[in-house]
Amino acid sequence: MIPALFVLAYLAIVLYIGIFAFRRSRGQSEDFFLAGRSLGPWVFLLSLFGSHMTAFAILGSSGHAFNFGIVTYGLMASSSALVVPLCLLFIGTRLWSAGKRFGLITPVQIFRDRWECGHIGTLIFCLQAALLVPYIVIGVIGGGTTLSVLSGGWIPFWLGGLLVALVVMSYVFFGGMRGTAWVNAFQTVLFLGFGAVAVSLISQGMGGFVAVTERLLQNPRTASLLTRENFSLTTFLGYTFNPLSAIAFPHIAIFCLTARKVTQFKRTVIFYPVCLLLIWLPCVYLGVAANQATDVPAIAAKVEAKAATGRPVPGDDVMLLLLGRYAPVWVAGLLGAGIMAAVMASDSQILALSTMFTEDIFAFYGGKQRFGETAQIATGRLFVVLVTAFAYFTALNAKVAIFDLAVQYAFAGYAAMAPLFVAALCWRGSTKWGALAATLFVAASTVALYLLPRGFTIAGFAPVVPMTLISAALVWGVSLLTPKPSAATIERYFPPASV
Amino acid sequence: MKTPLVVTTIALFYLLHQDWWHWPVARPLAFSFLPVGLWYHALYTLAAALLMAALVRWCWPAGLEREK
Repeated sequence: MIPALFVLAYLAIVLYIGIFAFRRSRGQSEDFFLAGRSLGPWVFLLSLFGSHMTAFAILGSSGHAFNFGIVTYGLMASSSALVVPLCLLFIGTRLWSAGKRFGLITPVQIFRDRWECGHIGTLIFCLQAALLVPYIVIGVIGGGTTLSVLSGGWIPFWLGGLLVALVVMSYVFFGGMRGTAWVNAFQTVLFLGFGAVAVSLISQGMGGFVAVTERLLQNPRTASLLTRENFSLTTFLGYTFNPLSAIAFPHIAIFCLTARKVTQFKRTVIFYPVCLLLIWLPCVYLGVAANQATDVPAIAAKVEAKAATGRPVPGDDVMLLLLGRYAPVWVAGLLGAGIMAAVMASDSQILALSTMFTEDIFAFYGGKQRFGETAQIATGRLFVVLVTAFAYFTALNAKVAIFDLAVQYAFAGYAAMAPLFVAALCWRGSTKWGALAATLFVAASTVALYLLPRGFTIAGFAPVVPMTLISAALVWGVSLLTPKPSAATIERYFPPASV
Repeated sequence: MKTPLVVTTIALFYLLHQDWWHWPVARPLAFSFLPVGLWYHALYTLAAALLMAALVRWCWPAGLEREK
């Protein structure tokens, strides 16, 4: 129960940060939704990284490594270390520039302005919003699981999820982007700082790093987890497409607009891989090592079930179980708070959805003009409450398998939307019809992906590969055949100096 | 000249991610406990940070700052 008290204290701190940010707000929509485009370099790096790393990064990575071994790191972390900073450098900076120069707040606003379209932008909003909801649900599930496991079941899942949902809703409601960014920066420092401590303490408890690895190698059931012999090379290759989703995630794209100056991207681009290493390496190693922790009854049951069925088992709680067994109580509490920090990344997603709704729907269809800016912010706050409530009740009824499933199709969908961003910001010849063709294809293929059996592949590749390539081909091909936006618009986005 | 060099470097770096030559083996172990498939990718991640530092140095979109 004591670790859970640390987590509750942590929740109180982040709530206070949100309320403190509220006192600094100026009551303007740009201030609420983008923190007045005023984030400094370190807050920008830490908050952007924190908002990208969800429950998937800590609980999901260790659970995946528990089942599949060290391949998890190469699948998710090192591929992201290359692709995500490249996206930020070449696309994120251009998003920032367009947002700053033309006073735009969301990606859909930029698409509408760049391609001179209205309803196509609404369609893109609908697709982005539909793909984001599962991500928010994942945060609530992760929060409920963390509090329930750390308290030894004293706090039930429904109450843990409710507490997390209420705290996140409150600081997003009051603090807007400033509160969310400050909380994310604080959370990132916490979980980066405690990752190394966690791996060290747990490994010592299990007899030391060297002994753990040797035992894993000597056990025929676990030796293959330290290689990648059971994993196909084409699947590994296909996973390198998933990080393209980063720039198409609305919460990441909107975060790109919060930087005070474009030069603040420099530190983020360079240090992003280092942050990934610090969080993913301990999680993956511990996830694999958990296969040796058979003195933990819940883990022993999972290992037995895995051996008996030959299939993966739900492993999202192995990190928390290791923590409860091997770390001193007060350290487990602090580390639990660190894990909770990563789990609660759903804050920026809730805010992004609220920002998109108020700007892309409410303001675009005349709400801001008719009711004013104060009503627009109030609408944004109301939307925060509604989205959080929806995510909470969905999480209560969700099965654990949905965690994995939702991430799979959200990643594929967003990665396939990345060509829209490249086309809008890097190619003068792109048109709204090309964007429409790609959007309709991504929507249809994401629905198909959801309905198809789990693990479906095309020529050995995960669906994200053909989805992204076909989406890019559609933007390109259809744009070549259809009329371009006006020369004045193209000149605004591609002034002679930048060509 | 600069663009082809940058594209080639990034493509080579992408290929280095597909380390099929380490696929079925766990050894050599770094620090006697990290299997090769893990420490190779940890080093790759650090190398990515160095690549990003080089790209920021030589491929920074300076035009975006001037356009403000």
